[in-house]
Amino acid sequence: MSIYQGENKIRTRLLLRAKILAKVRDFFAKRGILEVETPLLCKATNPAPYLSNFYCDNLYLQTSPEFAMKKLLAAGSGDIYQICKAFRKEEFGRLHNPEFTMLEWYRINFDHHDLMDEVEELLKYTINSSKASRYSYQEICEKYLKLNPHKITVKKLKQLAKENDLLVAGISDDRDTWLQLLFTHLVEPNLGIKQPVFIYDFPASQAMLAKIRHHGKIKVASRFEVYYRGIELANGFHELSNPREQLRRFNLDVKKRCELNLPKIEIDYDFLAILSKIPRCSGVAVGFDRLLLLAAKTTSLNEILCFRE
Amino acid sequence: MAMISTNEFKNGVKVMMDGDPCSILENEYVKPGKGQAFNRVKLRNLKTGRVLEKTFKSGDTLEAADAQDTELQYLYNDGEMWNFMSPTTYEQYTVSKETIGDSAKWLKEQDICIVTLWNNNAIGVTPPIFSILKVTETDPGIRGDTATGGSKPATLETGAVVRVPLFINIGDILKIDTRTGEYISRGK
Repeated sequence: MSIYQGENKIRTRLLLRAKILAKVRDFFAKRGILEVETPLLCKATNPAPYLSNFYCDNLYLQTSPEFAMKKLLAAGSGDIYQICKAFRKEEFGRLHNPEFTMLEWYRINFDHHDLMDEVEELLKYTINSSKASRYSYQEICEKYLKLNPHKITVKKLKQLAKENDLLVAGISDDRDTWLQLLFTHLVEPNLGIKQPVFIYDFPASQAMLAKIRHHGKIKVASRFEVYYRGIELANGFHELSNPREQLRRFNLDVKKRCELNLPKIEIDYDFLAILSKIPRCSGVAVGFDRLLLLAAKTTSLNEILCFRE
Repeated sequence: MAMISTNEFKNGVKVMMDGDPCSILENEYVKPGKGQAFNRVKLRNLKTGRVLEKTFKSGDTLEAADAQDTELQYLYNDGEMWNFMSPTTYEQYTVSKETIGDSAKWLKEQDICIVTLWNNNAIGVTPPIFSILKVTETDPGIRGDTATGGSKPATLETGAVVRVPLFINIGDILKIDTRTGEYISRGK
């Protein structure tokens, strides 16, 4: 487990991590946001089918601290942030490691646009990024894929994938999967080359734990993602607090897991029970190792992590 | 047949793709923030040498290809086939003109080459990186001209034609980089 790869010296890596950690803590201290800890071992977890869990002795290693932090919010914690480890099985690559560091925070009475402002300030403060730009998911799809993501058919998405030599075998006729395939391959590499880019108002079907609102006749999720130099850096939600709607989405996830032959995951009813008690708030999770990668102006976690399997 | 999953796709792993053996060159894990993960894979078709890019769903598998790179000694060309032998097992292999392709022009008898075997049949030949070959034909050398940048064509004993400095003469032994076909130096 003591293998480190790449060119950067260990001392350089350790100093960078310590420096940016100190800056992050300073950023939140100045705003009066409280640092918290929550358990890494959990009895329940997010059933989202794209998340693969480490599971042992009836306990999951958390894939994110989201449920636990919302339990704190519902119990009256006020604004909180956390820097912790998160675990996602099978995720390994240039920008992925199965164990990684996450920076997550919640702001009461913020909507997702308010929180985007604060993420932009954090990026300026920690890695000297320049002023960010913002596009809705629809605008960015129109710009790079020449299509309206809320209206396009699966058939047309497949055709576009074929034209771009991206036809993947074995994908179901799921609109979101095809959209994501085109988005990750044809849009993402162009995003935030010089300055961070925020993408917001995702299709309602990609809402996860975000509120859904009407934008004209279209339903959009109050969710955003942050990209910088082609790297997806953060994901934020204007948090859903309706347990009935959340249960409906969990049930869809459970059904999808079953269809894909993925391990069954029990729904976290404790989480649903407190959901209506969380204050109106927005939350965001930043991949901390990727933040370091951007600070160091490198392109692979091999240059950032001190331990790499 | 053994199956290999996308997360085992490492540089050099051999897999079957559309009926042909391929060697993995690069494997990039691509994952949307919230959604299906993909692997964008670069492979070289070992039969044609063509490089292709394919996208897979993460976790998908391909059949392993029983292909390996082996060091074989080039023996002779019988006019139709190129004949090789393993220096360890003495097993002999024949390679057709189509398979050997451009590599033929760098092969001198006794040279050790990398031959790709698939199901124990030779499907590709990589010549040694540097080949030492004699000049059989070139315009007369210009005495004393060892510094100017000029060059001229020279034909080598295998039939290959390379650009060489003006001072090279018939009978000289040259060291050639077979990857680029460039003259490196006068050999011994």
